[in-house]
Amino acid sequence: MEFNANSPFLYLVAVGVIVFVLAQSLFFLVRAYRRGKQLGIAPDKLKKTILSTTVFTIAPAISILVGVVTLSKFLGIPLPWIRMSVIGAITYELPAATSTANALGISLSEMITDPKVYTAIAWVMTLGILPSIILPPLLMKKIRGGMLKLQNKDAKWSDLFMTSMFLGMISAFLGMVFADIRNGLAGWIPIFVLLVSALLMAVCGLLIKKCNMKWLETYAMAISMVGAMAFAIVITPVIL
Amino acid sequence: MRDYMKDTDRYGKVWIWSAVIVILCVPAAACIYYNAWPEATAVLKGLLGVAPIFWTVGVIEVITYTPMLGVGGTYLAFVTGNLTSLKAPSALTAMENAGVKPGSEEGEVISTIAIATSSIVTTLVLAAGVGVLTLITPILNSEVMKPAFDNILPALFGGLAVVYVSKNWKLAMAPLIFMVVLFLLVPSLAGSVGVLVPVGVIIALAAARVMYKKGMV
Repeated sequence: MEFNANSPFLYLVAVGVIVFVLAQSLFFLVRAYRRGKQLGIAPDKLKKTILSTTVFTIAPAISILVGVVTLSKFLGIPLPWIRMSVIGAITYELPAATSTANALGISLSEMITDPKVYTAIAWVMTLGILPSIILPPLLMKKIRGGMLKLQNKDAKWSDLFMTSMFLGMISAFLGMVFADIRNGLAGWIPIFVLLVSALLMAVCGLLIKKCNMKWLETYAMAISMVGAMAFAIVITPVIL
Repeated sequence: MRDYMKDTDRYGKVWIWSAVIVILCVPAAACIYYNAWPEATAVLKGLLGVAPIFWTVGVIEVITYTPMLGVGGTYLAFVTGNLTSLKAPSALTAMENAGVKPGSEEGEVISTIAIATSSIVTTLVLAAGVGVLTLITPILNSEVMKPAFDNILPALFGGLAVVYVSKNWKLAMAPLIFMVVLFLLVPSLAGSVGVLVPVGVIIALAAARVMYKKGMV
């Protein structure tokens, strides 16, 4: 069988995986929605969650698509499509492909034609990410148990514990934005983008609270994110 | 009341182990169909370049995100990926907007709905995008659009910071100052931000504990 990174067979495999991911997501969505209604959460609130998440997801999803485009230059479309739909992220897939290519002494500047190179990269991508998918079921009981114990023992501290975890995570990413500051004005671009995003969110918050524009809550996150990305497009050519 | 959680755990395990099989089948199918098994040494050498760091980040992510995302959310998010840049923020924002607490059953439900919706939308956007890829590649690859995608994390975390930091500024101070100073001193750490998430978490927890004991929060 002659190898082609864009063969109908590989597309077929991709479609199979994508159907699986959609089925799993739908399964959990329907169950959670039903349970939400049983718990007395207003259907409006549940629908709003779906709508607001949908709007918020579109911009990041397009950036994930950019990852597919990047990888497709040497891996064809089906494998990057699979990887970015399941557990993948460009920050992982690209180093995985590069590391394998280096081990084999080949370049990734053009489409891979050797099936053995292709399958080697596919295995490295798959095995390298495996702990992320195997560990949750193995550790779930312990982590859940710990959280429940904490909740029962001291409810206020348990709340603070959760909030601190979020803040710790957010801090790491906020700090990262300052990493390029020494590269001159260009290194400040991410900080300006961050500030614009924060400003847009603050304005949305004010409008929601002071002008009673409750509907804006659904779109606030998407507005601040897309607005800040648009600002990056405008400011980058001015600075560079 | 806890039956929903128990069932979610059981179904979640079935789905996640099935997902393990599905993702292992992808490279296996390519090997069998093209009769092209790679050299084991090539795979091992390739793995050596990425596994140490990604396996570590994997362990860290599971421990950090599981309490935030809940049972169903965790099982789903770890299969569909893009946790930090998409799934965790969407779950957190959804819980915040709905006024429910992570760890409660209401939080579990809202988090699961957000992560499931986000996964479905991403999958559909990717499928639609792949369908018209030749058409949109010039746009996605254009120099004009590049800054937007390069800055997706600051664009996302700026808004998130306003929501969380403004509400809990006392708790946020210690990890925030530490991280900003750290990245200013050692910019090269930006590549391993995944490893620094637990560092931020530990600092935030330690500071919170001290303030809690002193009655400051």
